Amino acid sequence: MLGLQLPLLVTVQINMELLLLTLLAFWTRLSQLSYPNAVVFDEVYYGQFVSLYMKRVFFIDESGPPLGHMILAVGAYLGGFDGNFLWNRIGAEYPSGVCVWSLRLLPAVCGSLCVPLVYLLILELRLTHCTALGAALLLLLENSLIVQSRFMLLESVLIFFQLLSFLCYLRFHNAPHSSWSRYCWLLLSGASCAAAVGVKYMGVFSYLLLLGVACLHTWQLIGDRAVSHVSVCVQCVCRCVCLLLVPLLLYVFWFYVHLSVLYRSGPHDQLMSSAFQASLEGGLSRITQGQPLEVAFGSQVTLRSSASQPVPCWLHSHKANYPIRYDNGRGSSHQQQVTCYPFKDVNNWWIIKDPGRQELVVSTPPHPVRHGDIIQLVHGMTSRFLNSHDVAAPMSPHAQEVSGYIDFNVSMPAQNLWRVEIFNREAESEVWKTILSEVRLVHVNTSAVLKLSGVSLPDWGFRQLEVVADKLNKGHQSSLSWTVEEHRYGTMCVCAGQEQKEREAELHSPTHIDVDSNISFWAKFLELQWKMLTVKQEESEHKYSSSPLEWITMETNIAYWLHPSTNAQIHLIGNPVSWGVANLSLSAYQLLALVYLLRRRRGIKDLPDDAWSQFVAVGWLCVGGWAVNFLPFFLMEKTLFLYHYLPALCFLFLLTPALLEHTHSHLLSCLAHRRALCVCALAAAASVFLSYRTFCPLTYGRPELSANQLQDLRWRESWDILYRRR
Amino acid sequence: MAKGECTTQWSKTEDTCSTLRNRKAFLSSEKQQQDSQPKDGDNSQTAGHSSKDGTQSSNGTSAQWTDRGTDPPRKETHSSVLLLLVTVLSFSTRLYKIMEPAHVCWDETHFGKMGSYYINRTFFFDVHPPLGKMLIGLAGYVTGYDGTFPFIKPGDKYEHHNYWGMRGFCAVLGSFLPVFAYLIVLELSQSRTAALITATLLIFDTGCITISQYILLDPILMFFIMGAVLSMVKFKQQTHRPFSAPWWLWLVLTGVNLAGALGVKFVGLFVILLVGLNTAWDLWGLLGNLHLSLVDIAKHFLARVVGLILLPLFLYVTIFAIHFVVLNKSGPGDGFFSSAFQSRLIGNNLHNASMPEYLAYGSTITVKNLRIAGGYLHSHWHLYPEGVGAKQQQVTAYLHKDYNNLWLVHRQDENNSEKASQSGAPDLVRHGDIIRLEHKETTRNLHSHLHEAPLTKKHFQVTGYGINATGDANDLWQVEVCGGRKGDLVKVLRSKVRFLHRATGCVLYSSGKTLPKWGWEQVEVTCSPYLKETPSSQWSIEDHINPKLPNISLSLLKPHFLEILLESHIVMIRGNSGLKPKDNEMNSKPWHWPINYQGLRFSGVNETEYRVYLLGNPVVWWINLASLGLYVIMVAVASVALQRGVPLDQRRRGRLHFCGLRGGGLLLLGWLLHYAPFYTMGRILYYHHYFPAMLFSSMLTGKIPEITENICDSCFISFFFYLFHPLSYGMRGPLAHEPASAMAGLRWMDSWEF
Repeated sequence: MLGLQLPLLVTVQINMELLLLTLLAFWTRLSQLSYPNAVVFDEVYYGQFVSLYMKRVFFIDESGPPLGHMILAVGAYLGGFDGNFLWNRIGAEYPSGVCVWSLRLLPAVCGSLCVPLVYLLILELRLTHCTALGAALLLLLENSLIVQSRFMLLESVLIFFQLLSFLCYLRFHNAPHSSWSRYCWLLLSGASCAAAVGVKYMGVFSYLLLLGVACLHTWQLIGDRAVSHVSVCVQCVCRCVCLLLVPLLLYVFWFYVHLSVLYRSGPHDQLMSSAFQASLEGGLSRITQGQPLEVAFGSQVTLRSSASQPVPCWLHSHKANYPIRYDNGRGSSHQQQVTCYPFKDVNNWWIIKDPGRQELVVSTPPHPVRHGDIIQLVHGMTSRFLNSHDVAAPMSPHAQEVSGYIDFNVSMPAQNLWRVEIFNREAESEVWKTILSEVRLVHVNTSAVLKLSGVSLPDWGFRQLEVVADKLNKGHQSSLSWTVEEHRYGTMCVCAGQEQKEREAELHSPTHIDVDSNISFWAKFLELQWKMLTVKQEESEHKYSSSPLEWITMETNIAYWLHPSTNAQIHLIGNPVSWGVANLSLSAYQLLALVYLLRRRRGIKDLPDDAWSQFVAVGWLCVGGWAVNFLPFFLMEKTLFLYHYLPALCFLFLLTPALLEHTHSHLLSCLAHRRALCVCALAAAASVFLSYRTFCPLTYGRPELSANQLQDLRWRESWDILYRRR
Repeated sequence: MAKGECTTQWSKTEDTCSTLRNRKAFLSSEKQQQDSQPKDGDNSQTAGHSSKDGTQSSNGTSAQWTDRGTDPPRKETHSSVLLLLVTVLSFSTRLYKIMEPAHVCWDETHFGKMGSYYINRTFFFDVHPPLGKMLIGLAGYVTGYDGTFPFIKPGDKYEHHNYWGMRGFCAVLGSFLPVFAYLIVLELSQSRTAALITATLLIFDTGCITISQYILLDPILMFFIMGAVLSMVKFKQQTHRPFSAPWWLWLVLTGVNLAGALGVKFVGLFVILLVGLNTAWDLWGLLGNLHLSLVDIAKHFLARVVGLILLPLFLYVTIFAIHFVVLNKSGPGDGFFSSAFQSRLIGNNLHNASMPEYLAYGSTITVKNLRIAGGYLHSHWHLYPEGVGAKQQQVTAYLHKDYNNLWLVHRQDENNSEKASQSGAPDLVRHGDIIRLEHKETTRNLHSHLHEAPLTKKHFQVTGYGINATGDANDLWQVEVCGGRKGDLVKVLRSKVRFLHRATGCVLYSSGKTLPKWGWEQVEVTCSPYLKETPSSQWSIEDHINPKLPNISLSLLKPHFLEILLESHIVMIRGNSGLKPKDNEMNSKPWHWPINYQGLRFSGVNETEYRVYLLGNPVVWWINLASLGLYVIMVAVASVALQRGVPLDQRRRGRLHFCGLRGGGLLLLGWLLHYAPFYTMGRILYYHHYFPAMLFSSMLTGKIPEITENICDSCFISFFFYLFHPLSYGMRGPLAHEPASAMAGLRWMDSWEF
C-alpha cells in the first residue's frame, strides 16, 4: 500500500489581503502601460543603451553597472524591438513597430511586486497584518512610485531588489536556527544585494547596511557560548560566502554577460585601451587585422597616448611652428609643433628610424626594436625628427618643449635620440609589440620622458593637446606611456611629397595577430570597471534638478511628459499626504528612541525586552534604510533629481504603520485613546487615498485637465506645472 | 615645560594595572614635589620662548594647593629625567639651523605676509580663521620684525629683515609635540617604554621637523590639537574626583585648546569632534551610573557645556573681535565684504564716504550684490566660449575692486552720455525708471536674452552687447527699489535695488557659482525668472561718481559685530570650497599620505639651489602604517576571543587592557577623524594635511609594545633620521640620482623628488 488516501485533498491557504494588494498593485502599475506612446523623460537616456544592446554594440555608461540596462533590454528583446529608433528627444513618438508595452513591462512588474514585498517585510518584523496592510497601502497609493514604475526607468527595479534582500535576510534570521535550509534565504538575500548593486551603485549603501546588521547578528552568534566552536565557524563561513563571495561573483557575472553580449565596436570605443578595442568586432580590430606584430626599425606607426582622458589622442605634428613669443612674453624654439591630436589623421604617422642607418625601410629579415634600444622618430608627412631640448614647453613651462626639429642655424643642435622603455615587458616581452606594449620614450640627452601634459594649446596650436618632455620620473603614469596602434612595415623611400603614394604601398603581413585571445575577461572587466568609476561626469544643472534637502519637503517636481497639443501631462509628484505622514513618523521615531534610550540608561525599562528589540529592529530597517539611501547624496557632486529619493522614501513608508502599531500597543493604555488612534489612522488612510485620486491625472497623463484645474493642483509655489490657456 | 613636569610623574611600572585607579589621587599629589628642580633647568633650556612659559605658569600655581608632599619613588625621578631628555632632544632638533635657508620657503609667502598685515594693521582676507596668523604676527612684532618685508614669492631673500622670531615661534610650538605625545601615551598606557617610543618616532621624523621649522600654521595647529588631547586625557584621569580644582583646570584647558585649534584652521573641527565624542561617551557612562542622582548628572553635563562649548565659543569669538579691532586699515581683502563692513576700514573709499546721495543719470557707478560675499557686477573683454549661450561678452561678479566694475547709467532713449551733459543738473533715477547700464571700459550694454545661463540652467544668460552704447531692446532694465513706490529716489549705498529685464521680465541675479576657467573663476551672473526677493537678486550702488552733483558725506550704519562675524565666516567657507584643484596641477591624493608616497618641495628645485623637501622619515611612517594594521588585527582577534569566552591568562588580560579599547581606541579614532574626512573633500589637498593624523598614528605605534619594543629602539630610528636629515635641514649639490649626492641611494621611491 502506498498510503494514499482518497479523496486527494489539497488545502491551500491564500492570504486574500496579500492577493488583493498584489492585484491592485498590478492594476495601478500596469494598466494602459503603452500610454503615452512617446519617449518619456529618462527613457531617452536608457533607450539608447537598449538599442545598443539590441545591436550588440559595445558601450560604457558611467552612471551604473550593466544589470539595470540589461533588464530593460530583456523587456525590449521580448517585445521584438530591433534597436532601430533614434532616441534623440523627450516626447518623440514611438513608431508603430515598437512594442512600447514590453519596453516598460519589467520595471512596472518590479514596481508592482514592491507592494507585496513590503507587506511580507512588515510581517517578518513580527508586526500585525493590519500594519502590513497600512504600509502596503502607502506604497500602493504613492503617485511618484507609480510614475517611476510605469516607464523604462530603473528606480523601481532598484527598490525591488533592495526590499527583496532585506526580506530574505529577515526570513533567514527569523527561521529556526537548527534548519540549514534557511541558508537558501541568505543566499537569495546576497543575490538580490548583488542585483541591487548591479542596477545602480546606490544599491551599495543598502548592501552595506545589510552587511552591518548581519555582522551584528554574527557577533551575537559568536558570543553564544551554547553553540559549539565548530558550528560557529561553519556558520560564519556560510554567512561570508552568502553575503560576500556570492554577491561579488554575481556582480562580476553581470559584467561577463555584458561583455559577451556586446561584441561589436561602437561610439564609446575610444575611451578604452587599444587592446580592449581590438577585442571588439569592427572598429580598431578591422584596422589592426593583419598588422605586423613586432615593431621594427623602419616601421610606420601611429602612437596613441595611454592617458585617454577625456578623449584618446595620437602623437601628431603638422606644418606649423611654435610662435616665436608666447602671449606671456616667453620665447620658444620656433620649431615645428608636436601635439597630441584626438582624431585619426595622416599626420599621426611616424617612422621608426635606426640612428645608425639612413634608410627608412624595414630590412629583411625585420630587425625588431627591443627594450632599451635607441631610436629616432621621423614624422611621415614632413620628415622632421622628433626632438626635445632645454626650452620651456608652451603651456607647462616646468617641462621641456618637444618639437619637429628644424635647423635654424642658431646653435641649437638636434637632440633627437630616444630610448625605448617597455615597462610592461615582464607581462609581455622585451620586443616592442603593436598594441600590447606600453612604451615610454626617454630623451637620451636630457633623460626627460615624452609626456602628454593634458593642456590644450591656444589658437596657434589649433587647440590640440600639448606634448612635453618632463624630467619628473614618478613611477608609472599613464600620461607617460604610449602604444603603437596602427602599424605597417615601410618599404619605400620616404621623401617629402611622396607620402600619399607611400601610404598606398603594399603592406606586409608576416605575422597575423589575434589580439582577441590575448586579453582576458578579467583584464577587460577591470579596465571597464575602472573606466566607469573614473570617467568624470560633467556636473551641470538641469532644469528639474534639485538638492537633497528639497526632497524631504518635495520642493520640486519633474515634468516627465507633456502632450504636444493638449494639457495632458505626466509629472513626478509624490503623494503630499504620504510624504507628510512619513516625515512626521521619522521625527516621532527619533524622538521616541531618544527618550527610550535615556530612560533605559537610567534603569527604567518602559518596554518589555521583546518589544524593545522589535522597536530596534524597526529602527535599523526603516530609519537605517532611509538614512543610507538618503544621506550619501549630500556628499555627491553630481546632478541630482527627485527620483533619487524614492528608495529612501520606501523605507519611511515602512516606518509609519510600524510606529502606529507601537503607539497603539505600548504607549496607549486607555481604550478610548486607542480607538482615537485607530480613527486617526483611518482618516489618514482616507486622505492618502483622496490625494492620490487628486493627483492621478498628473500620474497617468489622463484625463486631460483644464488650465484652472492644473493651477489648483499646484499645491506648492515651486512646482512647475505647465498649462496652455485656450 | 613646566606643564610637562607637573603632570607626568605618575608614570607607572607596567604591573599594577588594577591598583592604579586607587593610587591615582595619591600619586597626582605626589608629583608636585620634584617640580621645582627640573623646572629651573628647563627654563634655562627654553629661554627665549617666553611667550610659551607664560601660559604654562598657571599649571605651576594650580599645582601648589594639591601639594601634600610624599617621598617620590626613584622611578619617578627616572621619569622626569626621561622627560627632560625628550624635551631637550625635541627642542634641539627643531631649533637647529632654524635660520636656514634665508629666503622665503613655500607657504611662508602667505602666512609671513599675513603676519606682516597684522603688524601693519591692514585688512586682508584668508580662508583660515585668524589666530595662527595673529600669533605669527605677534611673535614677529615681539622679536622686532617691522612688517616691511613684502613676502612676494617663495625664494625671496630675507636680507636684513628679522624673520627668526616668527620661525622660532613656530619651531618652539612644534617642539612641544613630541613632549605632549610622550605625556599622552604615558597617561594612556602607563608604560614609559611606550611613551618613549612615541617620542622617539616624533623627534626623529624628518617631516615633523621640517613642518615645524617654517612660518606655517601647521605647527601652531598641531600644538593646539595635541594640547587638547593631552588635557582631555588628563581630565579623564580626574574622573574619580569630579569638580575638584585639577578637574576644572583640565576641563578649562581642553576648552582653551579646542578654541585655539579651531582658531588656527578649520581642521581643528576634527579634534573638537574627537573630544566631543569622547565627552559624549563619558556622559553616557555617567548616565548609566545609577549611584549618581540626576542632579549630579546635570551638573556634570552643564560643566562640560560650559568648559567645552561655551568657553571655546567665547574665546573663538574673542579672537575674531581682536582680529577686527587690530585690522582697521583698508587692504587687499576689502572687496570680499559688504559695503557696510568696508566703511569701517581706514583708507577705504567708503570710510567716511562722501558722494552724491541719489543715483543720477550719467553717473559712473559700481554695483555690488547684496548676498554675503557677493561680488561687484563686472565685465571684461572676453566672450562666452562656444556652446555656452550666445557668444557675447561675459558679465560676471568679481570680488576684487577693479576698473572693470564701473558702469555708466543711461536713459533708455539716450544714445550717448554727452547729451545729458548739455543740460544743467542731471536728472535723478527713480523707482520704476527704465535705464541702460553701459560698461565703462568696453562700452557694451548690460544685456540679457532667452539663452540658458552657463551654470544655472534655469536662469537666462547675461552678456555685454552692442558697441559704443548702441544696442537693442534687450539692453533695457527697470530699476526697482525694494520696498519703494513709484517715483522714489535711489539712495546710494542704502537702497536695495533690483534690476528687472524689460523684455523677458527676469531679474538680475548672482548665483554664487564659480565659473570654469574660461570665466576666470569669477562668479556667475544670471537673469532669474523667479522674482522672489532674495539678497542674490538685490544690489546696492557702492561707488557713485558724478561731477555735476555735490558730494554729501554719508554715514553708513555700522554693522553689528555678530553680523561681521557671520559674514566673514561665510566668506571663508566659500573661499575654502573655491580652492578647487586646477587641471594641470599635481594634486596629492589622501591615499598617498600614509605610505609616504610623495613629499612637498619647500624650497629649491635644481642642483645649485638650497633644497628643503618635506617628507616623513620613511622608516617611521612605514612602522606607523604597519602597527596600525597590527593594532586592528590584535583588537579584532582579542575581542573575538573575549566574545567567545576564551580563557586568557592574567598577563595577556592586562596587556589587552591597556593596549585595548580605551586608550588605543581613542588614538585610532583620532587618526580616523583626522584622516578619513579628506577623502570626501573636493578642495585641493596637500601632503602636509596628513600631519595631525600622523601624530595620532605615532602615538598608537608606541602603544603596541610587543613589536615596537624589539625593533624600534631609538638607535634604529635615529640612524635613519641621520640618513634622511638633509631633507629637513636643507641640502645643496647634486640630486639624489647621482652618486655624489648626500641622498644617494636613499631615493627608495620613484615619486620622491629630491
